[in-house]
Amino acid sequence: MAPQSVLVVDDEPNIVLSLEFLMKEAGFDVRVARDGESALEAVRERPPHVILLDVMLPKRDGYDVCQTIRANPDWKNVRILMLTAKGRQIEQEKGLAMGADDYITKPFSTREVVARVRDYMPDDGA
Amino acid sequence: MNIGLVIGVSLGYLLILFGIAYWGDKRSDQGRSVINSPYVYALSIAVYCTSWTFYGSVGLAAESGIHYLPIYLGPTLMAALFWIVLRKMVRISKVNRITSIADFVASRYGKSQMLGGLVTIIALVGLVPYIALQLRAVSDTFNVMVSYPDTSASQLAHTVPFYADTAFYVALILAVFAILFGTRHIDASEHHSGMVAAIAFESVVKLVAFILAGLVVTFVIFGGVGDLFSQAAAHPQLAELFHVGELSDYGNWIAFTLLAMVVVLVLPRQFQVAVVENVDESHVRKAAWLFPLYLFLINLFVLPIAFAGVLMFGYGEVNPDNFVLALPLSQEMQLLALIVFLGGLSAATAMIIVETVALATMLCNDLVMPALLRIRWLGLERRRDLTRLLLYIRRGAILIGILLGYAYVRVTGDMVGLVSMGLVSFCAVAQFAPALIGGIFWKGATRKGALAGLSAGFVVWLYTLLLPSFAQAGWLPATFITHGPWGIELLKPYELFGLSGLHQITHSLVWSMLVNLGAYVTVSLLTQQNTMERIQANLFVDVFRLSAERYGISRFWRGTATVDDLFDLLKRFVGEARARAAFERYARGRGLDLTQMREADSDLIQLCERMLAGSIGAASARVMVSNVAKGDVVSLEEVMEILDEASQVIAYSQQLETKSRELETATRELRAANEQLKQLDRMKDDFISTVTHELRTPLTSIRSFTEILYDNRDLDPDKRQEFLGIIISESERLTRLINQVLDLAKLESGAMRWYIRRYDLVEVLSDAATATSQLFKTKAVDLHLDLPDHPVPMDTDRDRLMQVIINLLSNAVKFTPAHTGRVTLRLTLLEEGGVKVEVEDNGPGIPTEDLPTLFEKFRQVGDALTEKPEGTGLGLAICKNIIQHLGGRIWVDSQQGAGTTFAFNLPPLDGSAKEDGKPAKPE
Repeated sequence: MAPQSVLVVDDEPNIVLSLEFLMKEAGFDVRVARDGESALEAVRERPPHVILLDVMLPKRDGYDVCQTIRANPDWKNVRILMLTAKGRQIEQEKGLAMGADDYITKPFSTREVVARVRDYMPDDGA
Repeated sequence: MNIGLVIGVSLGYLLILFGIAYWGDKRSDQGRSVINSPYVYALSIAVYCTSWTFYGSVGLAAESGIHYLPIYLGPTLMAALFWIVLRKMVRISKVNRITSIADFVASRYGKSQMLGGLVTIIALVGLVPYIALQLRAVSDTFNVMVSYPDTSASQLAHTVPFYADTAFYVALILAVFAILFGTRHIDASEHHSGMVAAIAFESVVKLVAFILAGLVVTFVIFGGVGDLFSQAAAHPQLAELFHVGELSDYGNWIAFTLLAMVVVLVLPRQFQVAVVENVDESHVRKAAWLFPLYLFLINLFVLPIAFAGVLMFGYGEVNPDNFVLALPLSQEMQLLALIVFLGGLSAATAMIIVETVALATMLCNDLVMPALLRIRWLGLERRRDLTRLLLYIRRGAILIGILLGYAYVRVTGDMVGLVSMGLVSFCAVAQFAPALIGGIFWKGATRKGALAGLSAGFVVWLYTLLLPSFAQAGWLPATFITHGPWGIELLKPYELFGLSGLHQITHSLVWSMLVNLGAYVTVSLLTQQNTMERIQANLFVDVFRLSAERYGISRFWRGTATVDDLFDLLKRFVGEARARAAFERYARGRGLDLTQMREADSDLIQLCERMLAGSIGAASARVMVSNVAKGDVVSLEEVMEILDEASQVIAYSQQLETKSRELETATRELRAANEQLKQLDRMKDDFISTVTHELRTPLTSIRSFTEILYDNRDLDPDKRQEFLGIIISESERLTRLINQVLDLAKLESGAMRWYIRRYDLVEVLSDAATATSQLFKTKAVDLHLDLPDHPVPMDTDRDRLMQVIINLLSNAVKFTPAHTGRVTLRLTLLEEGGVKVEVEDNGPGIPTEDLPTLFEKFRQVGDALTEKPEGTGLGLAICKNIIQHLGGRIWVDSQQGAGTTFAFNLPPLDGSAKEDGKPAKPE
């Protein structure tokens, strides 16, 4: 049984740092990517259970990454949580339309992020 | 013979004529016109045979044999052409409602009033001798009737005062008669049915009288034709007449024949009866042989009577012109003499009535009325009913015409034979022939050509025939004829430019026709027709085709307007460019070449009508097109009115167009402004959205780490320290961002406060370098200062300038590699004054596609880098704003892999960078 895994994708080093800390604290296996391409690479290498995906990314943005993952049926179980710093409704809806499971607005409550990720994790013993 | 009897019979005869005319009018009013018959028509044309024929031919035959014949030969030849020429004139006149020959000519050449007036004047002047001829014939024969065998009375007629002159009373009576006959109706286009009936009756009377006289003279007085001719052959002088004579006689013969040929069409009275009074075109066909037959019959006994007269009276005793009357009188045949006299009276009255009526119509319609209508103070154009005035004018015209004739009789006396008088008139009216006959067969003839030809021919006629006749009468010195005016032989009126050996009529005819035709053709070829002329020319020349269509065969326009006319019309209403485009589209669509097309086809005309309808409405368009296409549907005046109104409409529509253009411009400007506002709005939106994002990012870190620290009290101290450091630096970032956003907002709104003082730029730049030295040291990047070794004073805002340089330097440090990085800050004095500041690095350079937007807000050249660059994305936008405010320009030179140079220049301060003393908002 593989451990519950999270892929954190963001280009802000400090945000990555905080999320990585939070996910590890929650007991997940954490990997990190700084841009869209390395995020996809990490998914190809080993699909995580949940991806925390920032929208504004260098090279390929979050929407693009989300779409690419959803286009591959092998990765249909990967849960995607979008992180967006733009408060506009349209950004959030766009994320959902691209196949994201949920979205979280920056700045976020650390407890809520952890709780959400946990919600989307497959059950430990299942 | 008893004078009372002669007068009584004459007046009685005139009363009968009047009765016939009255009856004819009555029948016509009842719709049972008596003149609707080819025979009546042919007889009315026989008004051609006047006293000249009745008395003069005999006189001429007695003196020069068969030379009287060309005057009848010509019309006989022309009769053969009646179907071609006369029928066309009839059709044209009916279609165009022509009232006289002057009207006809004027109408043909673009309804030229001047031409109408000229024709009228020529006719008036030219016909005076002809009318005089009739008056003299009547008065002479009257005198013969009452005083025979004393033949001296007539010789002395012109020496008595006018109140004792028979011719004067004849003139008066005939004038009254003509007035009663001809001016009862006012609409000249209506038929004078009564008059025509009377004329036809008179033609019968004169023919019967003459033939009767001929028969009696030949078979009663003499022993038949054989007897008469053999006696004549035996007579020494008469025998001469059987020879035609010299070569010049042939010339005269041909000239007279041609003259009579055209004159039978263009004499105003012939035009009146043959054209205006024609009720049915088909009558022309029968008249074409009936009229020559009449001429033949009336000439049958000319030679026998002439021979008989000479044999009976010899030369000198009796005027040969009066032979036909003198012969029965000499035999005491009173009744026959009376019949002959009535025949002569018929010939004269018929001529005078028709001629003066025709002249009166012309004078009234083409000379007096146009003139009167021009005199504004008479206010004629406002008067509703001009009928009475018209009647008086016509009556006056008749009286004047006849009195002029009488005056001519008095002036010339009996110096000239009847035939010579008539020929002078023939020659004058013959001047109409080129313009008239040319006009109905040659489209190219122009108004100017017709005017030139007519005037030239008329002047020559005046000079070669009328003036000499005055000279003969003693009004001018006789040397005028014998030696020419002022003794110039070349200008002798009967031998102009040395042309001698011709009969004076032939001479005049040759010269006048030569000049007339020459001017007519030459000027026509050299001048252009206007639109009206072109319309009329087409209407006249193509009358058969056009009138057939007009009367219902086809309601479509067809081939009756020239392409040019249509184009002219169209462009007046829709503008040249549109008109041209439409025509070209039309031509392309059908593969036609418009330059080769003279006449427009129906499709093109309809196209024009449709386009016009768009501009001026369907009804007006119809009228306008029909005017160009078919001519006289409405009068010229109406067209002018429509044009006037239309041009007002056009003026309005042009104003509207201008207004709508202005509106369009305004709308365009508004739309552009609106676009700009929308763009600004979008930019503002984007800005806010971007600022929000930029604010949320540090805020996210700050919150996250704060919560982490809060939730994990037992965190490792190193970690704790690291996280607190992050919180501090992110807070700084947030502060910086907020400051920069505010800076930019102030700069853009103009609310920034400026402190312009004199500073040493070298010092300012050194301070900026010092301020950033820590950054360089941290990254181990070398900063090289390339500054002048002397102060560079300049009025500027120190803090803002520092802000720019620090921004550029920290950018440079950010993008240069650690340890190997090298940045140069350079200050150069420019030759033209001012300075240039450069910040040069050896970093990776900036991609070319990013250069144009480098100085815009939130444009970070970071997407290509894995590491997101630090900074707010507002620095360069702020720099640009500051430098621009200081009057300088900032730019960047960069090549990928070869480093980047940011540079700006500052002009020598001349007030372009202004200190803002009153900021919109206090700081």
